[in-house]
Amino acid sequence: MSIQNVEQLNDMHIDVLKEIGNIGSGNAASALAELLNCPTKINVPAVRILDFGDAVTYLGGPEKIAIGVLVNLSGDIKGMMLYVFQEAFASKMTGCLFGSKIENMMDLNEMEVSLISEVGNIMCASYINAISSLAGMRIDVSVPMLTADMVGAILSVPAIEFARTGNKVLFIDDSFIIDDSEIKSNMILIPEMASLNTLFGALGVGE
Amino acid sequence: MMADTVTVGIADLNAVKAPDTLVTYALGSCVGVCLYDREKKIAGLAHIMLPHSSEAIQNIDNKRRYADTGIEELIDLMTSMGASVQAMTAKIAGGAKMFSTGSSVFNIGERNVASVKEILAGYGIRIAAEETGLNFGRTVFFHGDTGIMEVRAAMKETKML
Repeated sequence: MSIQNVEQLNDMHIDVLKEIGNIGSGNAASALAELLNCPTKINVPAVRILDFGDAVTYLGGPEKIAIGVLVNLSGDIKGMMLYVFQEAFASKMTGCLFGSKIENMMDLNEMEVSLISEVGNIMCASYINAISSLAGMRIDVSVPMLTADMVGAILSVPAIEFARTGNKVLFIDDSFIIDDSEIKSNMILIPEMASLNTLFGALGVGE
Repeated sequence: MMADTVTVGIADLNAVKAPDTLVTYALGSCVGVCLYDREKKIAGLAHIMLPHSSEAIQNIDNKRRYADTGIEELIDLMTSMGASVQAMTAKIAGGAKMFSTGSSVFNIGERNVASVKEILAGYGIRIAAEETGLNFGRTVFFHGDTGIMEVRAAMKETKML
């Protein structure tokens, strides 16, 4: 039976996604260390299936200000990926690279936008590359789009995209150690269900 | 009499009588539809995600998601509380384009607003105020005693409409 919505994923599917997340985050950590020129380590990511509402709560509530970097996926896997930066992570990055914290999340300067978009892109691309190489698939990632706003408003974009098939999201919890401080960040993956079935088929955990 | 504030979640709806207030947080591309019966002082709020129930791929498990079925349910709820469609006016907010790109899916905010307007027109409900579009999230308080829609956005002045 093919999967119709994320709620039908079993433990084996989740394990596969976790392992992909593990490889992806490992790649991301090395890329991040190089970009930020700061020692960066990564813990094993947690993969959860959350209701949209729970995801918003988890990210600090609907009105919490965060930065979202969104990419579109096309090719063998179609869908969206959203990387959510909380202020601590964003400020840590600008601190490492520019020596200054972010003063106002809603009024980022050009350098900050450019850096955060690039890191969001690296995070998403690392995960996607892990899928590509494990499953032998070709996946294209669009130019990253960035917005800083209320978490609920940012998440409305993938939530709407998801509303057609269900109200749960694949939520990936990353935890990095950058320069001795622990930084949490989250990625939300919204694949089209057909693509998810193709992926599990290619990895031998489908049907 | 103590006034309560009732929260309406995403793809949900509710209605209150004066002096209670409704609130829905962080509308992005979704649209908040506020309906008010000024005579009976009954206020309703729906947090709409998608333009039309015909877009549902699977069977419609949540009618409140869609503009057509959501507004219909809101009107039913309000009339069951004593409101009449003829006495209702509407105020709408949200429908932002949160990420800038040419792709159609990101224009969903605009499509939501257009659909909400068409459906309200079908019921003959006049839109008295609108705070839609652009590229930022909005929180909406809808006050049951006055019918005022209060729109808050990060780093922006609150609007009383």
